[in-house]
Amino acid sequence: MIGTALPELSIDLTPTVVVATALATMDYTPVHHDTALARAQGSTDIFLNILTTMGLVERYVTDWAGPAAVIRSIDVKLGVPAYAGDRLTFSGTVVAGEGDRLTVEVRGRVSLGEHATGTVTLEGP
Amino acid sequence: MSGRAMTEEELHELAGKQVALGEVRGAPAADPVNVPMIRHWLTAMGDENPRYLEQGLAPPAMAQVWTMPGLRRGPRERSPVDDMMAALDGSGYTGVVATNCEQTYHRYVRVGERLTPATRFSGLAGPKRTALGVGYFATWNITWYTEDDEPVADMMFRVLKFRPPERKATEPYPLQPAVNQDTAFFWEGVTKGELRVQSCADCGELRHPPGPLCPRCRSTERAYRLAAGTGTLFSYVVHHYPPVPGRQAPFVVGVVELPEGVRIVGNVVDCPVEEVRIGMPLRVTYRRMDDRLVLPMWAPA
Repeated sequence: MIGTALPELSIDLTPTVVVATALATMDYTPVHHDTALARAQGSTDIFLNILTTMGLVERYVTDWAGPAAVIRSIDVKLGVPAYAGDRLTFSGTVVAGEGDRLTVEVRGRVSLGEHATGTVTLEGP
Repeated sequence: MSGRAMTEEELHELAGKQVALGEVRGAPAADPVNVPMIRHWLTAMGDENPRYLEQGLAPPAMAQVWTMPGLRRGPRERSPVDDMMAALDGSGYTGVVATNCEQTYHRYVRVGERLTPATRFSGLAGPKRTALGVGYFATWNITWYTEDDEPVADMMFRVLKFRPPERKATEPYPLQPAVNQDTAFFWEGVTKGELRVQSCADCGELRHPPGPLCPRCRSTERAYRLAAGTGTLFSYVVHHYPPVPGRQAPFVVGVVELPEGVRIVGNVVDCPVEEVRIGMPLRVTYRRMDDRLVLPMWAPA
C-alpha cells in the first residue's frame, strides 16, 4: 500500500467555483468574491479560501478511499494563492500505513506553484 | 491598543498574556449541524461521497464552517487572537498570510448537534525575515465542542503577520520650479488645487507671472485672487526636440488666456497634439509629478 499513487484530480477554478465554495464555507471575506477589491489589494483576482482548500483536500482523498473511509486529520501547509481562472491539480501518495490507519501525502498545484501541501490520515476501508 | 507601535519585547509580553488566558469560549453556532448547509457545501466542493447525507453526518472539514460569522454584523465577543492581531497591525505588521492549517477530527459530527468554538492563543514567533517582509508568526488553536462539552474537532492555525515592503518613492521630477517669496503663494495654491493669480493690494490690478511690483501703480503690496480655472488657448508650440528631462515629446506648451484677464503658460494635455487649436476652451487640471511637485496643466474643457 505504501507508495501507492492516487489518481490526479484537476479542478478548473472558475469564478463560480471560487465564489460558490467561499459562500458554502460561510466565508464572506471580499477577496473571495469581489474581483475589484481583490485587485485593489494587490491580488491578481479573487482566490480560493482556506476552508475550501481543506474541503477539496478531503474530497480528493475520499474520492479515492471511498465512503467507508474515516478522515482523522488534515494538515495543510499553505503556499501560493489559487486564483480564479487557474487550475488546481491534486496528486497524492500513500506514505505510511499502520493497522487500518493510512497517511496520504497530498499536493495541490496551480500555475504559480504549490498551493497546498500536506498530509491526510484516514482509517478504513 | 491598535493605535500604538509596540516594541518586540512588548509584543512578546502581550503574546504571553494572551497565551495565559488559556481557552476562551466563543458563541455557539447560529445553527445546529444541518442537511441544507451540508448539501450546499458538498455541491460547491464537487464532493459526491454519499456517506454524509445518507448517515446524517457532517463532512469533517466543515468543522469551522458551523461557527463562521457569515455576514452577521454587530458586536461579537473578542477572542485572545483579536488583541494580538490588533497590536501587530498597530506596530506596522499589517500584511497577513495564512501558512498552516491543521485539523484533527475526534469523530464526525451528527445532524442536530450544535457546536461551540473555544480559542486559545498558542504563541508568537519572530520577528523573522521572510520573502514577504519581516514579520511574526502567530499561532492559535480552536477546539469545537458539542453541547455535552465533548471536543469533536481541533484546529491549529498559523498566520504570518508581516510588514509590507515600503512602496518605492517616485523618481523626483527633474524640473523643479523656482519657488521664492514672489511665487510661493502660487505653488502653495497648486498643491491645494487652487489657481491663484497675483493682484495688487492697492489698485487691484491682476498680473501673471507674479513679481514684486505692480506694473500699473508701482505698489509693492501684493495679494492674490482665485481664478475660475477656465481659459482659452491663446497660442501654443508643439515641442519635438531637443529632449526634455522627465517629458516625452511631442508635448504642447500653451499660452492660456484666463477670463480674469491674464495669460498663463502651461502644458495642454489629454488631447492629441494634432487636435490642439488656438481658441479651444480649456480647463485647469493638476498633475502630480513626484512626491513634492504638482503642476497645473490644461485639458480640453
